[in-house]
Amino acid sequence: MNSHSVDLTFVDYSILGLYIAFVIGIGFALKRYMKTSADFFLSGRSIPAWVTGLAFLSANLGALELVGMAASGAKYGIATCHFYWVGAIPAMVFLAVFMMPFYYGSKARSVPEYLKMRFDERTRAFNSVSFAVMTIFASGISMNALAKLLNQLLGWEYNISLWICSGIVLLYVLKGGLTSAIYTEVLQFFMIVLGFSPVVYLGLKDAGGWGAIKEKLAGVAVNPVSMNLVDEASKKFEPNAWTSAWQPLLGGPAANPMGVDLFAMIFGLGFVLSFGYWCTNFLVVQRAMAAKDMTAARNTPLVAAVPKMFFPLLVILPGMIAVALTAIPGKDYRLPQAVIQQAKFPAAIASVRQSAAAKADVAAAVKSISSAAGVGFNSAKVAEMVKDPATATQPDAALAARIQDAVVNDYDGVILSLVKRYCPTGLLGLALTALLASFMSGMAGNVTAFNTVWTYDLYQAYIAPNRSDAHYAWMGRAVTVVGILLSIGAAYFASMWTNAMDIIQLVFGFVNAPLFATFMFGMFWKRATSHGAFIGLVAGTVSSALFHATTIAAGNLPGVKGGYLAQLVVLPSDMAQNFWLASFAFLVCFTVTLVVSLATSRTKTDEELTGLVYSLTPKTFAAGQAWYARPEAIGMLLLILCVFLNFLFW
Amino acid sequence: MGLDIRFPIGMMFTLLGLVLVITGFVTGGDPAMYQRSLGININLIWGACLLVFGLLMWGSAILGKRK
Repeated sequence: MNSHSVDLTFVDYSILGLYIAFVIGIGFALKRYMKTSADFFLSGRSIPAWVTGLAFLSANLGALELVGMAASGAKYGIATCHFYWVGAIPAMVFLAVFMMPFYYGSKARSVPEYLKMRFDERTRAFNSVSFAVMTIFASGISMNALAKLLNQLLGWEYNISLWICSGIVLLYVLKGGLTSAIYTEVLQFFMIVLGFSPVVYLGLKDAGGWGAIKEKLAGVAVNPVSMNLVDEASKKFEPNAWTSAWQPLLGGPAANPMGVDLFAMIFGLGFVLSFGYWCTNFLVVQRAMAAKDMTAARNTPLVAAVPKMFFPLLVILPGMIAVALTAIPGKDYRLPQAVIQQAKFPAAIASVRQSAAAKADVAAAVKSISSAAGVGFNSAKVAEMVKDPATATQPDAALAARIQDAVVNDYDGVILSLVKRYCPTGLLGLALTALLASFMSGMAGNVTAFNTVWTYDLYQAYIAPNRSDAHYAWMGRAVTVVGILLSIGAAYFASMWTNAMDIIQLVFGFVNAPLFATFMFGMFWKRATSHGAFIGLVAGTVSSALFHATTIAAGNLPGVKGGYLAQLVVLPSDMAQNFWLASFAFLVCFTVTLVVSLATSRTKTDEELTGLVYSLTPKTFAAGQAWYARPEAIGMLLLILCVFLNFLFW
Repeated sequence: MGLDIRFPIGMMFTLLGLVLVITGFVTGGDPAMYQRSLGININLIWGACLLVFGLLMWGSAILGKRK
């Protein structure tokens, strides 16, 4: 039995069983309402705002986010909140107030269809294809991570978990379409909140409360190498590096664990990446488009923004708690590390002794011990062992302990380690079911977005136009099966290549970054032409790829991480590279779209663009709606709240 | 759309709450089990919370249907 596994009892399995029964049951219960293709793909535009709002949030809240945010919380501290407070919230408010009227009012059935109405088929085709590919990969990554987790945790065979979980998702999406996906996403939302809050509560209590956590993190910040949080012994931060969201940023890349500067954070993450995702990604926008009327559609992102603002408490705080707990002696907890198999220890020990005797340089020593032990190591700790004269005479057991201490942290294991630490059987089942729910939701969300884009934007648009609605409804179901199969394929792809995750994140970055510029021009500048949009979008995407190929983050080797054509710029960290890439791609797309639009003539008249562009759309105020209930007012309130939160943790 | 989502949510959490409460009751006398949750019988307490939540959801769905 490996050190990661847990023992589940009958109670835990029954909780899991209940959840599965309910999601399948929901699918079957909704089957009779699936009469037209609009019912299947768009829920017949009939869902109330609180449901679409929670689904909007949930669609994005895959298990990768849960696991990843806790991981980032441990690695970077409270700065991770920027993804929410600087990134997501402003973008969601903008979507609600300014963009939903066009998405919903245009009666476009998908985001690419809006592009077709506003520009032309080329831009739509480009967006449809890139979105379809990305969304299948996202789905596959989700399922791969789930199957791996179940294997690690419960010893379930990878293939069986993958196919069974995919089968469950297939069943409820096939029967109930988008509505099934939305309903289960809302269910998942409550599962996550109710499943994980006890764990967070217990963690907080155990660590002694927020004050005690701050204190411990201050100690960690001035000596981060002790916990393998950094790679060099000389790298130290101010005490508030893990607990202050803005001050370490102001100090520049070297002063914060994320290694970014203020501009890259605000423009790259806060504007380009966040708006690029939240405002144009059909996965989330589709949920808002399923709302029952314009008001509900506009309120959807606002409803989602409220819990989103407080989510850091649930998903990021656990990471910080884990670091604090590690720093408290006597708690018998350490940040999870990669696991060395017992059988490999002798080889690892031998490697260290050898490197020490030969006075090898750090890089060579790390390489040697990594291949001996089969895991990654912290360079600073390895350097310490190799240079220490006592190493030669230390007994094996003591050396083995030092080697274990030097293994890299497994940040992705943080949330699970806390679940295992605090959950007795019963609560354990709840927390694990919540995790499972979010993985499956991730697949369902992506597959429903995929089947809509395929059926309307690729199949109906280019392959078989003018068929009956029943035919497209049939196609929707058929392609759901295909979508699931493709996702499974993508899962296998992700599992075979250890850096598949990196490759895919990369592609997402390329595609996402320039998108917002195209939409911004489309919705707010009637002079933007189809040529401008298409060429701008392509230029933006290509420039992303070029930027990536010619820059690298400090400490990385050229390859998947970039810099394989040349190394024109070295950026302080992966995150920094990410944010600068986004900024660059956006600016290229923006400039090219602008210039080409001015140089070409419009192909659509003002009349054709009514309802698609801000200046050509009459501003309708819902009759009898009080000023404070309007999206603008609610949005403003949310932004103020967001600023306040930023201020509180400044 | 036809099916008020509060029904399945309400029902599921009511059942989940019941499972946890019963587990909490049955294992309440075993201190070793709740050592990890800092001595708190978390199954019982949280199960009760889930039960209340589930019933409230279910209740609001029933009321909604009556309208």
